[in-house]
Amino acid sequence: MKDVRRDAWVLRDDGLAALVRELARDGRQVIGPTVRDGAIVLAEVDDAAQLPHGWGVELAAGRYRLVRREDAMVFAHSAGPQSWKAYLHPQHVRRWTADRNAGGEWTVRGEDEREADAVPAYAFLGVRPCDLRAIAVQGRVLGGGPGADTAYRRRLDRTFIVAVECTDPGATCFCTSMGSGPAVDVHDRGYDLAMTELLDEGGHRFLIRAGSDAGAELLTRLPVEGAAPLTESAARHVVADAAERMGRSMPPVDLHALMAGSMAAERWDDVASRCLTCGNCTMVCPTCFCTTTEDVTDLTGDHAERWQRWDSCFDLDFSQLHGGPVRASGRSRYRQWLTHKLGTWHDQFGESGCVGCGRCIVWCPVGIDITEEAAALAEETGQPENRGSVQAAESVRHARQEGGGRR
Amino acid sequence: MPAAARATRPTLAVFKLASCDGCQLTLLDCEDELLELAGRVEIRHFLEASSAVGSGPYDLALVEGSITTAEDRRRVHEIRAAARHLVTIGACATAGGIQALRNFADVAEYRATVYARPEYIATLATSTPVSAHVPVDFELRGCPIDRGQLLEVITAFLVGRKPDIPDHSVCFACKRRGTVCVTVAHGTPCLGPVTHAGCGAICPAYGRGCYGCFGPSASPNLPALIPLLRRDGMDEPTLGRALRTYNATAFAELAARSGEERPS
Repeated sequence: MKDVRRDAWVLRDDGLAALVRELARDGRQVIGPTVRDGAIVLAEVDDAAQLPHGWGVELAAGRYRLVRREDAMVFAHSAGPQSWKAYLHPQHVRRWTADRNAGGEWTVRGEDEREADAVPAYAFLGVRPCDLRAIAVQGRVLGGGPGADTAYRRRLDRTFIVAVECTDPGATCFCTSMGSGPAVDVHDRGYDLAMTELLDEGGHRFLIRAGSDAGAELLTRLPVEGAAPLTESAARHVVADAAERMGRSMPPVDLHALMAGSMAAERWDDVASRCLTCGNCTMVCPTCFCTTTEDVTDLTGDHAERWQRWDSCFDLDFSQLHGGPVRASGRSRYRQWLTHKLGTWHDQFGESGCVGCGRCIVWCPVGIDITEEAAALAEETGQPENRGSVQAAESVRHARQEGGGRR
Repeated sequence: MPAAARATRPTLAVFKLASCDGCQLTLLDCEDELLELAGRVEIRHFLEASSAVGSGPYDLALVEGSITTAEDRRRVHEIRAAARHLVTIGACATAGGIQALRNFADVAEYRATVYARPEYIATLATSTPVSAHVPVDFELRGCPIDRGQLLEVITAFLVGRKPDIPDHSVCFACKRRGTVCVTVAHGTPCLGPVTHAGCGAICPAYGRGCYGCFGPSASPNLPALIPLLRRDGMDEPTLGRALRTYNATAFAELAARSGEERPS
């Protein structure tokens, strides 16, 4: 009898088809990486053949290129143009509607949670450890505490997550600096299944193990075989090797203290001269969560709707108060974003808002690099090195202790 | 609808100055909503749709086109005086339009080149937006304007609320609709990062760069974008043309301003 909950198993590369099929059989909408428009994007996948077999990416600040790999690896690519928040925290969500009848009475209807159930539950296939952390971080913001967004919470709770460890980090990756990868943390309860892709003399296969009862149940339906100790050590080795190949790193300082002590730095002027204030960094960031409110009325005036849509601290309207925007300059807006992401996020939510996925570096058209900006601020302000990497440890601790982002 | 309700319907007028009519056509293009709109408002002046013309005052006047003649310069004051709310629609009315290219050249020379009998043509040396002549309550951008945004503006003015027309960059719209960035992933020059949203990011969705038909966004950083446009293959004449199309004066003012300005 398989002890599916504890053991590691091996899924051959043709077993991916069974995985996709079984997830779909459970009524789930499977979302995974696929090639479209010169990039590896997230989209609905109904056949494992749609996964990016043999595709990789070349990343640099402000540059992304899809490239053919010499092998048939499926998950050997790093963060693409979207994150999973596109599904868990959609860019446009209706919150309520109001209708006036002939007698002039208004009826207000919140978005019914039963309607949320009518939407198929997701299965996320190929969540990298940095993104797994990001889902947990955003989950603690949106899904935890007294102001929890119940619609968000339900989407997250109903999602089945297949995490895939990272074996081929990009030139813009720095998850090791943020303590969020490239390995899936076995103490993390944020995934249902975790896989490690292997392609060596032993063939193309995935080491697979369950992280939840639902994952264990699914494993019983997959064509898996017991993992040999050598396979397990090979998997550990490729992930440990990936940790040594991060393209970027954060300066080894207390980033929270650095941000608090940098408010008057000259570096903000320098970065503001380069920043387009276009908002791309916040849109691609897997933890940025800000939204604005959109009230819609129709021509009759008898029907109104309230919608929530993604907003960004780079939008002038974001800090618009009577008399004008609080953060009118590009300098103040970039500073707001960076100091919140790396600094005040700790004060608000007890951890860092950055998971080291590198998307903000890649998808910034002018290639502003968060690690380079942090390093420049550390140099300018003389922030001492912190060899113990306190913020990474703190981040992990909070991720484990606070249940907000767990499912 | 009872006669009394019909009598109290708000009045709408549409006026055209120097323009191609495309923005007015957007109103006719509203189709289903147009019938509903026609029931809600009294369309009192809209030559594109009807030759029956009613006099002011109008609750809402939509003005298309720029000021290029002495006659229109006079007429826009009349329109303003007859309108409770004046909303300008499209790149011509909000930025001078493509005809504002004359602002960078000698209009007499253009006239002599184009027309067999230039003395018949009475025109001003510049093409200017309506806001350069009279106060404007709202400017709706685009060449042409977006149908959904036009309905939003009309609806908002009719019920007395602020229209929800974001003035951030086109990048917001690309990311919201899931378009892969054409600059970052393909090396295609794109004006999206400095251009006012509103079109729904149509061009990048078809793999081409934004050409700025909505004019500058609320906080464009043109000097930061220009090196990218050059890197991605725009030579100087192409770059000049990219910035001198439908919103030439708006981008020119921006370029001049950003030359002096340092970020604060």
